[in-house]
Amino acid sequence: MASRKEGTGSTATSSSSTAGAAGKGKGKGGSGDSAVKQVQIDGLVVLKIIKHYQEEGQGTEVVQGVLLGLVVEDRLEITNCFPFPQHTEDDADFDEVQYQMEMMRSLRHVNIDHLHVGWYQSTYYGSFVTRALLDSQFSYQHAIEESVVLIYGSLSLKAYRLTPKLMEVCKEKDFSPEALKKANITFEYMFEEVPIVIKNSHLINVLMWELEKKSAVADKHELLSLASSNHLGKNLQLLMDRVDEMSQDIVKYNTYMRNTSKQQQQKHQYQQRRQQENMQRQSRGEPPLPEEDLSKLFKPPQPPARMDSLLIAGQINTYCQNIKEFTAQNLGKLFMAQALQEYNN
Amino acid sequence: MATPAVPVSAPPATPTPVPAAAPASVPAPTPAPAAAPVPAAAPASSSDPAAAAAATAAPGQTPASAQAPAQTPAPALPGPALPGPFPGGRVVRLHPVILASIVDSYERRNEGAARVIGTLLGTVDKHSVEVTNCFSVPHNESEDEVAVDMEFAKNMYELHKKVSPNELILGWYATGHDITEHSVLIHEYYSREAPNPIHLTVDTSLQNGRMSIKAYVSTLMGVPGRTMGVMFTPLTVKYAYYDTERIGVDLIMKTCFSPNRVIGLSSDLQQVGGASARIQDALSTVLQYAEDVLVSADNTVGRFLMSLVNQVPKIVPDDFETMLNSNINDLLMVTYLANLTQSQIALNEKLVNL
Repeated sequence: MASRKEGTGSTATSSSSTAGAAGKGKGKGGSGDSAVKQVQIDGLVVLKIIKHYQEEGQGTEVVQGVLLGLVVEDRLEITNCFPFPQHTEDDADFDEVQYQMEMMRSLRHVNIDHLHVGWYQSTYYGSFVTRALLDSQFSYQHAIEESVVLIYGSLSLKAYRLTPKLMEVCKEKDFSPEALKKANITFEYMFEEVPIVIKNSHLINVLMWELEKKSAVADKHELLSLASSNHLGKNLQLLMDRVDEMSQDIVKYNTYMRNTSKQQQQKHQYQQRRQQENMQRQSRGEPPLPEEDLSKLFKPPQPPARMDSLLIAGQINTYCQNIKEFTAQNLGKLFMAQALQEYNN
Repeated sequence: MATPAVPVSAPPATPTPVPAAAPASVPAPTPAPAAAPVPAAAPASSSDPAAAAAATAAPGQTPASAQAPAQTPAPALPGPALPGPFPGGRVVRLHPVILASIVDSYERRNEGAARVIGTLLGTVDKHSVEVTNCFSVPHNESEDEVAVDMEFAKNMYELHKKVSPNELILGWYATGHDITEHSVLIHEYYSREAPNPIHLTVDTSLQNGRMSIKAYVSTLMGVPGRTMGVMFTPLTVKYAYYDTERIGVDLIMKTCFSPNRVIGLSSDLQQVGGASARIQDALSTVLQYAEDVLVSADNTVGRFLMSLVNQVPKIVPDDFETMLNSNINDLLMVTYLANLTQSQIALNEKLVNL
């Protein structure tokens, strides 16, 4: 993955000069402002992402791809996309950067927008807040200010960007607790969601009418079925795993706190003893003992990494949101079933 | 990263050339455009009679003899990944992403180009051919010649193969209403890439007020022993959807109804609401029908109505009450726990930042 991130960084910089020139004129706020208020996606992109996920993404592997489009005022228009092949061990010499460059060059020949504006990823039941994603999105956003990551999971599509504060922290590459505290980042303020609209051209609308006439009546049983315990069960399982990780993290943090306070006490005691001894020596007329470097005697314990716990908290938050939406749906369906039964009796 | 399990599709069994497979019922309802003589640009070096025939065939006066395809040796079909000549009912299954892609390429065509062409990718099985992907190929077409960038097509195919190794070149598509003489040439180019390629046309010029989508395969015709012509016989086109594609298409279709063709994505509960509204509409239509035909009703419809009404399971009210309550309790408990977890992590955040 690492090579791809750097690769995308470098290709992004080469194309960002064109994207940047196009985008910079059009209503970008200061570096602190989020330049993108809305993401407009073509119907074609939605279909392509669904198709790619369906063909490759069953199971726990994520599928990824690149989004192409352009920036218009405060909207990010995504007009096309192409999938990225997954890493397999037998293609060690597969060059991702080259694949991407070739693809974009070829698409340019057929007049498809070849400007890189983001990337998409599918998720397994909504688990996407990982370090890898953070790093990838950071390198994209660093190179192309307006880029977004589209997360596709179980019939929902969301667009995310890193908040400016998080961008600052990532730029410094300083994930220590003090830096994070200074930046005042909470898990809720890590990613911001950008609203999505879907837009189609007139000809595509004609195509849709055509398809509607020809295809069979929609059978959307999944939406109305009551048998949902599987989905709920999996979500809860993932939530439990994360909460376990979180609690381990908290234990680590607590031990760290305890160790630091114990150390402080020890330092204090040592200092006091030293002072007493020195006073005694003075009273006896002997030279005082040299002040020893306390920091060498008492090595301060390592503070635990805060970034991971932040990510875990963010992920837990997402899971909880998903679960709540899901239960809302199911309650609705249960009440409908109740209404039907009442009528029967 | 673990190696993803790439499903290996078993290629269809090598079919034996079916001699009498082209019965007289090869349907050609509209007189399929026969290969008019194509001057100069035709590749003269080709050894197969089909290409030579394309260059010099007599226009469509030769009756499409059913015997001819059976008797000509058809050396133009190397490597039988598709069984020989298509019998009449062969089905082509299209995914909606293909059509959207074709329309998009048409909208982005070069200045002055009347149509766009591209390659179709997909898989073959015994009963049908499933087209799952496509990409457009730059080409130049003028009155007397046509040039297709086959190098580009090859490159793109290689790139696509890296993502989905199972997809094969199945044929090509073109926008526009008719099959022209240049189509025959292009079809011949493609028959070098794929045995018995499919030709798909999407009518973006909206003749007859419809966007007609048709698929063809080429068959030989003519008098045996003389130069052979090429005829495009139509195939049945069906649409294949994955479940998720179905929902995606329905979502996209909503833009047809909104004034500026823009829609936002809805939350889950709204989707359930939408689905139940649709069922409600369907039910009211059925109700209307039932009321209108009280006296002389169709028995089959009546039986369907009976089974519909009986779909609602008959459960003892107390049992149902218990089931309902336990389910609701489960969901409420889960919601409560989710909220609790969220407040816990918020609290943790505050404590750690002290």
